Amino acid sequence: MKLIKVKNCYKVYKNGTTAIADLNIDIDKGEFVFVIGSTGSGKSTFIKMLYREEKPTKGDVIVGGINVAKLRNSKVYKLRRKLGVVFQDFKLLPKLTVYENVAFALEALGMESKEIRPKVMKAIENVGLKEKIRNFPSQLSGGEQQRVAIARAIVNNPKLLICDEPTGNLDPDTSREIMGILEKINQELGTTIIMATHDKDIVNRMKKRVIVIENSVLAGDYLKGSYKAHESVKNTK
Amino acid sequence: MRALRILSRSIRDSFKSAGRNFSLSMAAITCSTITLILVAVSIVLSYNVSEITTNLEKELTIVAYVKKEATESNIEELKSELNKINNVENYTYKSADEWKAEMKNESETLNATLDYLETNPLLDSFIVKVKDVTDLKSVTEQIRKFEFISSAEYGEGMVENIVGAFDIVSKGTIVIVVALVLVTAFLISNTIKLTIYSRKNEIEIMRLVGASNIAIKLPFIFEGFILGVLGSIIPIIVTIYGYNFLYDKLNGHIVSNMITLVQPFNFVFYVAFILLAVGSVVGMFGSYRAVRKYLKI
Repeated sequence: MKLIKVKNCYKVYKNGTTAIADLNIDIDKGEFVFVIGSTGSGKSTFIKMLYREEKPTKGDVIVGGINVAKLRNSKVYKLRRKLGVVFQDFKLLPKLTVYENVAFALEALGMESKEIRPKVMKAIENVGLKEKIRNFPSQLSGGEQQRVAIARAIVNNPKLLICDEPTGNLDPDTSREIMGILEKINQELGTTIIMATHDKDIVNRMKKRVIVIENSVLAGDYLKGSYKAHESVKNTK
Repeated sequence: MRALRILSRSIRDSFKSAGRNFSLSMAAITCSTITLILVAVSIVLSYNVSEITTNLEKELTIVAYVKKEATESNIEELKSELNKINNVENYTYKSADEWKAEMKNESETLNATLDYLETNPLLDSFIVKVKDVTDLKSVTEQIRKFEFISSAEYGEGMVENIVGAFDIVSKGTIVIVVALVLVTAFLISNTIKLTIYSRKNEIEIMRLVGASNIAIKLPFIFEGFILGVLGSIIPIIVTIYGYNFLYDKLNGHIVSNMITLVQPFNFVFYVAFILLAVGSVVGMFGSYRAVRKYLKI
């Protein structure tokens, strides 16, 4: 079943820069997909369109049945509730504890307190931070902070988890740890994961589907395990 | 139920974040305190000036003297003529004898002079009050045309100058009050905008996790309300105690008994209510405006 359908999608910024041109991508439910491409390739724009931070100029981007291109600003929350997003810079609230940071996502939806607690505890357990629920972000390492951000992103059991360079700020060991957690979420919870990254090591090691975006167009779509970094770019589809 | 939970959480969070962002909250509160004090001072001033003006205007009358040869029936006729003039509020008739008695009471010299004269040199007269002082002149002219009226006076020149001057002052203070309220609105809303700017992240994360726009806006709007209310506390105290103190110090009037101040009671509470309303509404509006900006609506 298709979770994401991108059809003839274009994105032209107001200053005239074309970030995405004629993009067509389908992603199935439960997939783990890497999106790679050099800086300025349009990779980030593609990721941002998936959670409607950017709106396509032309074409369709359908995520979980919602057409992002036609979604009004005031209705964006309906899409956001179906997915979780993790960033390079974690985006945690510094004045809230680990527990509060994760619970924040559910409180914002108006969920009942007694409903929130077990969900938050489960999400924190999933990322292995049970011991630190009362700590503040400043008392955690970078890897731990990213784990809190992941817990917050999955606490509402989203069908889709979007990761925008989640390991960009982390050392290789910690990155591996984070990738382990993402893999586990993908396997155990069946969450579809789309991850933009620069880290060729991770991409090579994980052997997942890889989408390459270069110069605003789809430069390659490699099926599970068929991508090798440094390989000449070609379209295998 | 969900809406109620969002509402109660918004109220709780707004108190929390007003405390957590203490220094910025203080900036917003101080700013509204200062401007609201200015608003309070100008409201008190303008209300007093307009009260003084209306009181003075009430004192303005036309004195019309009746000719010597007028008979009783002529005077009755004059009374009915006066009743016919639209702008006349009321009039009192004072006969020459009444005038004489009054003047004799006023001073010894006058008493002696009037006693010396065999006949009463004074004239019967009407004291006329008008509804609208700006028509003083035209009403006087109408009265002058009556057959048995010898003359009619209203203190030409001076009266017009005073009324004109007070009119300018009271209109000016209204302009100042309105301008100050606008400046307050602008200052408070900008300060709140700054406090919210520092919390862009929070708004971004709320949006990211799928909070609806209303759920994002509510805590900020309540926070603006709280800041506005806190900012109006000192101005309210200053108004209530300050005005009472001033009123007692001046014994309720300036210069002479003619110029009396507005009674402090009830009046100060009205002003307090206005300050509270301006503070809270402006606070809410300022927050609303600022959050809107980050919500990309």
